[in-house]
Order: sequence, then structure tokens, then C-alpha cells
Amino acid sequence: MKSFNKLSGIVASLPQLNIDTDAIIPKQFLKTIERTGLGKHLFHEKRYSKENNLNENFVLNQEPWNKSKFIVAGDNFGCGSSREHAPWALLDFGISCIISTSFADIFYNNCFKNGVLPVILDEKNVIEISKLADEGIEISIDLEEQQIIAQNKIYKFDIDPYRKHCLLNGLDDIGITLENENKINSYEDKLSNKKWYVPEKI
Amino acid sequence: MKRTLFDKIWEQHVVNERQDGSSLIYIDRHLVHEVTSPQAFEGLRNSKRFLRRPDLTLAVADHNVPTENRVEGIKDDVARIQVETLEKNVKEFQVPYIPLMDSRQGIVHVIGPEQGFTLPGCTLVCGDSHTSTHGAFGALAFGIGTSEVEHVFATQTLVQKRPKTMLINVSGKLSVGVTAKDIALGIIKKLGTSGGTGFVLEYAGEAISNLSIEGRMTLCNMSIEAGARAGLVAPDNKTYEYIKNRPMSPKGDSFEKALAEWMLLPSDEGASYDEIVKIDATSLEPHLTWGTSPEDVLPINSQVPDPKNIEKETLKNAMQDSLDYMGLKPGSLLTDIKIDKVFIGSCTNSRIEDLREAASIAKGKKVNDSVHAMVVPGSGLIKEQAEKEGIADILIQAGFDWREPGCSMCLGMNPDQLKPKERCASTSNRNFRGRQGRDGRTHLVSPGMAAAAAIAGHFVDVRNFN
Ligand code: SF4
Repeated sequence: MKSFNKLSGIVASLPQLNIDTDAIIPKQFLKTIERTGLGKHLFHEKRYSKENNLNENFVLNQEPWNKSKFIVAGDNFGCGSSREHAPWALLDFGISCIISTSFADIFYNNCFKNGVLPVILDEKNVIEISKLADEGIEISIDLEEQQIIAQNKIYKFDIDPYRKHCLLNGLDDIGITLENENKINSYEDKLSNKKWYVPEKI
Repeated sequence: MKRTLFDKIWEQHVVNERQDGSSLIYIDRHLVHEVTSPQAFEGLRNSKRFLRRPDLTLAVADHNVPTENRVEGIKDDVARIQVETLEKNVKEFQVPYIPLMDSRQGIVHVIGPEQGFTLPGCTLVCGDSHTSTHGAFGALAFGIGTSEVEHVFATQTLVQKRPKTMLINVSGKLSVGVTAKDIALGIIKKLGTSGGTGFVLEYAGEAISNLSIEGRMTLCNMSIEAGARAGLVAPDNKTYEYIKNRPMSPKGDSFEKALAEWMLLPSDEGASYDEIVKIDATSLEPHLTWGTSPEDVLPINSQVPDPKNIEKETLKNAMQDSLDYMGLKPGSLLTDIKIDKVFIGSCTNSRIEDLREAASIAKGKKVNDSVHAMVVPGSGLIKEQAEKEGIADILIQAGFDWREPGCSMCLGMNPDQLKPKERCASTSNRNFRGRQGRDGRTHLVSPGMAAAAAIAGHFVDVRNFN
């Protein structure tokens, strides 16, 4: 996984509430067997008309937001389907940090597995950043220091220390878990006397 | 210490407590489908890891599969490649697989319980948010992303933070015509779509004990729409009866041993929860969503809400947006909303009981000329049973389109989709914009309400419908 430490860039503001993963990446693009190439389909129904023309009114299609590295969004971002295609599409577009008052659980988890940082701030701060976003002002984030800097103002945020560590170092979860493989083995040893536990063959 | 059902399952599955407060949890059952697994299998291959417990894994293709003319195969190349990739992967990693043409094929959350793969007290995951369905058996079941699918493949564990617990007590009896779907929608109305975030819900109370296993699955299925990754119902005799003699469930002596453990699972009297919510079942009515989020829901005899009455600017605008998308006027009656399509199916409402409910409404009647109504059974076995019971005949004679099993128009990955502005009464679980087809308009309802709407051509109160 790519590590994440510092990032500066343009912010796109998507103030709607409950932006779901169906909206982030619609179903027709879930047929892929790859992780890459989804960026052009990010927010597909908002970005393209039915005839597949670019919708000029949508923020991600406008200068300078077509080069956004951040999204600042309304409450409960990423709700709905568990599709990891959502963070893949964001990342492929170039967005690796999302700021909101709240995130849906599965999406929140999925971000960390892909080097995308979801940041929770309170509503007042989200609105402030969203205003700067609309003015096209760049912001920066420093994960080590747990802060966002926007127009000389510092916004501190909380993050789980383990997740922070993994993100800063681009650590692969599976590798870390397998360091404890002996514990998994002994757990399974205890299960072995429960014959009912393993499903019958079909 | 008095413990809840959740506490018991969780504590039994901790492999390792980590310093940061998260735990490594053992996963007893892993369901796999074609859409969220290819990149996980690829990850295993690239890192030269093996799949640790294929014997605890079960795979099926459901999201992308055609629901008609299946013998002709999948016509969409990209979809076909995805299903073929699953077939190649299950062979390479020796995962038990139910093939597309097998009568046991169906929606992953329908076939898991049907095959006896889902058991009380187990931890069960799948790369799909509606994995919460399996909580109906007292299993801790939740959806995961593709990276986590790969993690389970390689380690049979997951790193999880212990969630909080919420008891949802549904007291009293449901009135006739009010179903598990309406309990689910009523709860989402109360909690909102993020009210359950960070919680595992436990449903209890008279109305829940009275629900059939099918009804409990419908209810647990929708937990995720309230933001909760998992919903649980304590196992009881109905649960054990359902599981007994299923193909993959324990047999004979093994079953008895398992049963002895399952019976210890229900929450201890007086166990404490982080939050408690009370719902009175007697006051619940048939529900209907009017907007583009499952929390946009009202009892059938209501009017379309008016954004003018909402104070907070963001919420007012959100409501106006939803109404514009849905093409609805504030103040109009929900029962005046005309529909074009009906979809009876999905992992929420495609089991035999749901089809019986729809057939009991449709019997001897005709689907309205202006409506196309389709029924997509949750599995091939349900389809066969419905055909044997005569339910299929009733529905077909009434003019319903009787299809092969799969996810179908729940998400429209296959050709079953709404056209722009088409309005659908759907028994599925998400009324998100574009979910059933670009610019399509989805109203979530119970199977009985969907069948009644199919016949009337508009929404009706199923309680007064005959
Ligand atoms: S039926 Fe719908 S909700 Fe259920 S697994 Fe399929 S797509 Fe997901």
C-alpha cells in the first residue's frame, strides 16, 4: 500500500448529505477485475450526461477542481454498498483525503486499506473548509501532526493511532496479522475438537 | 458479569488483543461472490499467499447473472469475464462453489442460510454490506471490503474494533398486513441512516420472537441501512428447526453438541447495552419510502413531505433535491403515486414467505396494464418450491414476469434496470439515486405492498386491498 503523510492541493466541495458509494462509483463499473482505471468513472452520473458528455456544472469537471486532491463533503459520506471500488475510484482520480463530519463504517475502513485518509471534523470546520474549497484555495494536511492547514488556520483532527501508523508507513495489514500466526494456529487447535464446526461438504 | 448475545460471540472469537485496543477476530464463515472477490484473489496470488481455510468458505455468482434465458450464458462480456474469473479462482484455491446452472444457485445471503452454512454464534463475513442478513440466526455477520476479503482469505481473521451495542426492543404484536419490512423501515425512520453507525443492533421483544426466520432475515438485512454493520436476533427453537437437516449444517450427534452451545447464546437477563431503543409494534403501519435515502420513509396513509416545514437549510435543500429527483409534489398523497415497474426480489424479500405474501395478494387478479412487474426468487431452490406450491402459477397468471434467481434489479448490474424517470415499487433495500438504473425512481415496500401496487397501478394500503 502507498504511504500517506503530507498532501497539499485543491479541495472539491460536495455538500450533499449521505453521498453513497453507488453515487461515487455506479454499479456498471463494478464488473472490473482490476483495482485501477476507475477514476474516469468517479461520480459518473454527475460528471456525464446520459449521452456521455461532460457535465460542465459539476465541480469535478471544472478548473481548478478537476485536479482536486481533497473532497469536503456532507454528513455520512460513503454510506451504502461495501464496494471498495469507491476508494479505488477516488484514488485513481487523484483524491486521497476526504473531510466530513461523519463517514459510514465500511467505507471508512476501506479508505485506510488503500492509502486514502478520511478526516472527521465538526460541522463548523467542515463548512469553513467547504467555503475555501469553493474559492479554489489550496489546503494542506499533515498526518504525522494530525492537522489540516487552510489559510493559516490549523484544524486538528483525531485518528486511531494504529491506523495512523499503518498509513504513515504504507503497511500491509495481512503482513502484520501473519506476524501473529502462532496465535491463529492455537485458536484453531482449540476448535479442532468441535467437529460440528466445519461445514459439511456440498 | 451478565453478557449480551454480542458480547458472548465477540469474546469467543478474539484471537489476539492488540495494544491499540482493536482485536484480531476469528472468522468462522466466509461467503464470496464475483464482484468483490477478483482483486482479493489476485492479491493472494501476487503475494504468493494461500487461502487458509477453503473449508470455511463458500462461493456463488449472483450480482451479475442474467435472470432470463440463462442457458444462453452471460451476454455482457465484462460481466461474463467476472463470473469466469470467479470460477477460475475457486478452482485454483479449492473453494466450494455453487455453479450458475445449479438449482442451489442464488443470492449469496439467501443461499448461505438455505444451505445451512450460516450457524448461530458464528462470525460470518462477505464482501457485501447486506451480510447483516445472517444475524437473523444469532450470527455476528457483517459486510467487508475487498482488502478485508483478502485478509480473511489469507488469515481467516479480521482486525476489528469492538463495536457498541444497541438493543432495539419491539414490543407488542404486528397488525395484519404489517411485516418485518415495515419494522425495518420504521426503525430506520427512527434512527436515520447513520443512527446505527458504530453499533451492533440486537432486535428483541414480542414482535421479533413472533417473526419467522425469513422475517428476521429481512429485518437484519436492513440493519446496514440504519448505519449498523450488523444486526442480531437471539436464536430460538425456530432457528434450530430451520438449521436442522440443511445440507451444510451439523448432523446427528454433532448437531446435538452444537445445539447445546447455541442455547447458551441468548443475552443474559439484565445484560447491559450502550443504548436501548423502544418501538411499539402495534403502532406500526405499512411503510413506503418517498425519497432517495431509506430514512425518507412514511406510513402509507401519509402525504409527500414539504421542504417548507424543515428549518435547517441543508436538510431543507436535501429534501427538495430528493423530491425533484423523485418527481413528487409536496402534500400529495402517497397512495396517489402511480408506478411503472414492480420488483419483488433481492436478499431483503425474495424468500418463499415473501413470494407467498405477494401471491396471496395477487391471487385471481391482474397486474395493471401500465405496470411491468417482475418476481425474482432468491435462489433456484426457492423458485422450485414456489413452482411446486403453485405460487409461481398464481403470479404468472396474474401477469407477473417470473425470473431466474439473482440480485437482478436490486442493483441493476445485469440487464434488469429502470429506464430514466421510471417509477418502481421495489422490495429491495436501497432507494439511492440511480441504484436501479440511471434516473430511476425507487420506492421501498414490503412484498405485499408491492404486489398490491402492481395490481392497482399506484400505491395502496395493503390492509384495505382485496
Ligand atoms: S440482492 Fe441487492 S442488496 Fe442483496 S446482495 Fe444482491 S445486490 Fe446486494
